[in-house]
Amino acid sequence: MKKLMLGNEAFARGLFEAGCKVVSSYPGTPSTEITEEAAKYDEIYAEWAPNEKVAMETALGASIAGVRSFCGMKHVGLNVAADPLYTAAYTGVNGGVVIAVADDQGMHSSQNEQDSRHHAIASKVLMLEPSDSGECKEFVKTAFELSEQYDVPAIVRMSTRVAHSQSIVELEDRIEPEMKEYVKNPQKYVMMPANAKGRHVFVEERTQKLIEYAEVSPLNRVEISDSAQFGVITNGAAYQYVKEALGDKASVLKLGIVNPMPVKLIQDFAAKYETVYIVEELDGIIEQHCRNIGMTNIKGKEVFGYIGELPQSVIAQKLLGETKEYTQLDDNIPVRPPVMCPGCPHRGLFYCLSKNKITVSGDIGCYTLGAAAPLFAVDTTICMGASISALHGFNKARGAESEHKTVAVIGDSTFMHSGMTGLVNIAYNDSNSTVIILDNSITGMTGHQQNPTTGKNLKGDPAAAVNLEELCKAIGIKRVRVVDPYHLAETEAAIKEELAADEASVIISRRPCALLKYVKHNPPVAVDTDKCIGCKMCMKLGCPAISMRDGKAVIDHTQCVGCGICQEQCKVGAIK
Amino acid sequence: METRSIMIVGVGGQGSLLASRLLGNVLLAQGHDVKVSEVHGMSQRGGSVVTYVKYGDKVYSPVVEKGEADVVISFELLEAARCLPYLKKGGKLITSTQQIDPMPVITGAAKYPENLEEKLREAGVELVAVDALALAEQAGTAKASNVVLMGVLASRTDFPDELWQNALEQCVPPKFLELNKKAFELGKQA
Repeated sequence: MKKLMLGNEAFARGLFEAGCKVVSSYPGTPSTEITEEAAKYDEIYAEWAPNEKVAMETALGASIAGVRSFCGMKHVGLNVAADPLYTAAYTGVNGGVVIAVADDQGMHSSQNEQDSRHHAIASKVLMLEPSDSGECKEFVKTAFELSEQYDVPAIVRMSTRVAHSQSIVELEDRIEPEMKEYVKNPQKYVMMPANAKGRHVFVEERTQKLIEYAEVSPLNRVEISDSAQFGVITNGAAYQYVKEALGDKASVLKLGIVNPMPVKLIQDFAAKYETVYIVEELDGIIEQHCRNIGMTNIKGKEVFGYIGELPQSVIAQKLLGETKEYTQLDDNIPVRPPVMCPGCPHRGLFYCLSKNKITVSGDIGCYTLGAAAPLFAVDTTICMGASISALHGFNKARGAESEHKTVAVIGDSTFMHSGMTGLVNIAYNDSNSTVIILDNSITGMTGHQQNPTTGKNLKGDPAAAVNLEELCKAIGIKRVRVVDPYHLAETEAAIKEELAADEASVIISRRPCALLKYVKHNPPVAVDTDKCIGCKMCMKLGCPAISMRDGKAVIDHTQCVGCGICQEQCKVGAIK
Repeated sequence: METRSIMIVGVGGQGSLLASRLLGNVLLAQGHDVKVSEVHGMSQRGGSVVTYVKYGDKVYSPVVEKGEADVVISFELLEAARCLPYLKKGGKLITSTQQIDPMPVITGAAKYPENLEEKLREAGVELVAVDALALAEQAGTAKASNVVLMGVLASRTDFPDELWQNALEQCVPPKFLELNKKAFELGKQA
């Protein structure tokens, strides 16, 4: 049966068909749907872990126990999971381990544009990279086989385009591998120095064997064109762009195994052409490998650079000098950046922070949008959890004067991911910092995933819920209070009081995400144009449902969810 | 058959994912190779969203670039203007006349361009402008303007109606099916 599937959906199908038993992941665009789709198969146990490190360790434990296991994450998630990865490379596996890491070329939804291939090289594990949905499924199945055959965790590298493009997939049946025996084996699984020294020797020998495999693997494919003017070596999404832009004007070596890379295969291919272009997005990793093995007829980053995607237009322009014609209007077309949704509970909170000119140490989630116009409320965004620890450092540096006018903001899911340890540091090392947990009862930005505070698990079944108030108190924070960000005056008063206090405090700004299905909305509000004086106080909230027409505020009834903060903001009572 | 390209553009939350799924299913049932490229995550939050649909004997790149689209379907007028450069010479631009102010217009940092519909009509493309929002509300909900626009596309392409109906049945939850079929019909007649 043929089906149109997202790369991520096909990836999950691959997990199913390969007989994968245990899945543990943390959501992150563009990797999230792999785990959501895997959870739909009853044969697979699937969960959201609090963070990527926990997820990878869970997958590794399941592998040691003897089953095929998986964990998935976005590129920056692999930084969090790097610790287990680098040692799992030494222990190897029992049941096969497949890891998805989804890079975000073009930064559609990320805070940096790192190239995860570096992690595969540095940790010395196998890394495969598919180019479409069909390959996602096939590569996952092959990755499990290779993982078991070579005793190595296998990363399958995704990218935004491969993860979020649908293409045709041929469905097959699931195999049920027998659970492998668990045999106590400290030399393999207890990585203390004496044992790890032995395993390092194994790792280096394994890499040599994997290179031999890469020389002959069908995952690395040569496509010769008789009319080729030059050769191209490429991988992942870039392969599709190369084929579209160049057709039969180039012969192509498509690398499906991006670590370790073959030597002779590349040398033999390159010897056929005067010039070989390396078309790879982000860093020049294939190019550097080619230089390391002595090739001189190659061109890569000097032509294509290190930034963003390399779609067909870029390749056609750089290699063929071709550009397409198009028309455009003379008008300036204003940009449309993403914004907090109408009724977003974060808006009221950020308005209070912005109004009081408070320095805000921000974090990763929908609330990063608080940095944008017109609120401009966020001062820093670095990585998951950094809001709290960076605020502590900021306050240690600038002292009491800073402590009374700075806060950290962090979502419920991000707090569970890696914010808690920062709060422990505030309590333990005693900074008078104010932390605001934006508890919207869901992991929002990635599209509504459950987390340890929501009381539900990945499958939607009831689960234990972390009580944030009790947790913060147990950590050692005495001042813990809850506010409703739909009530501006109450929220502003709470922020002022906690900033004035002479000890650390936590404010939980609690209100479920307005997009959650169970949230019942009020009827839309409307402006009484006779009463509206055009003062634009409501416009300061940055609600996309409110605009000005002929000097008066207008509320779009198709967008408004009746949250009411503009009513509180209107000093003349013009919004009903 | 040479690869053909359709872009579906709009504002995050307008339902472009369902529209692209419908279209993708119709094309798959036609026996084409198909690729549909979506945007998830950050940009869905009220920002410009773009979905690419490509079909033919063999489709490589999932993305559509400037000067490549045979058809652009837009859920919003400013987004239609923004994506005009993606159309091929002589391409077709199907747009809803709905206008949604982006944040720079709301904050007063920029102006929503005036008379966009006329300007697009004079831009040398085949323009089909419909009030999809009004038709969707007529069908029962403002949320169905995505399906109205698919109806508009259906009446201007030659894919069998049966395939569209099958796609609706596959992609729309049963309790919203009748409403969406009505929206689709209203789009076809527009």
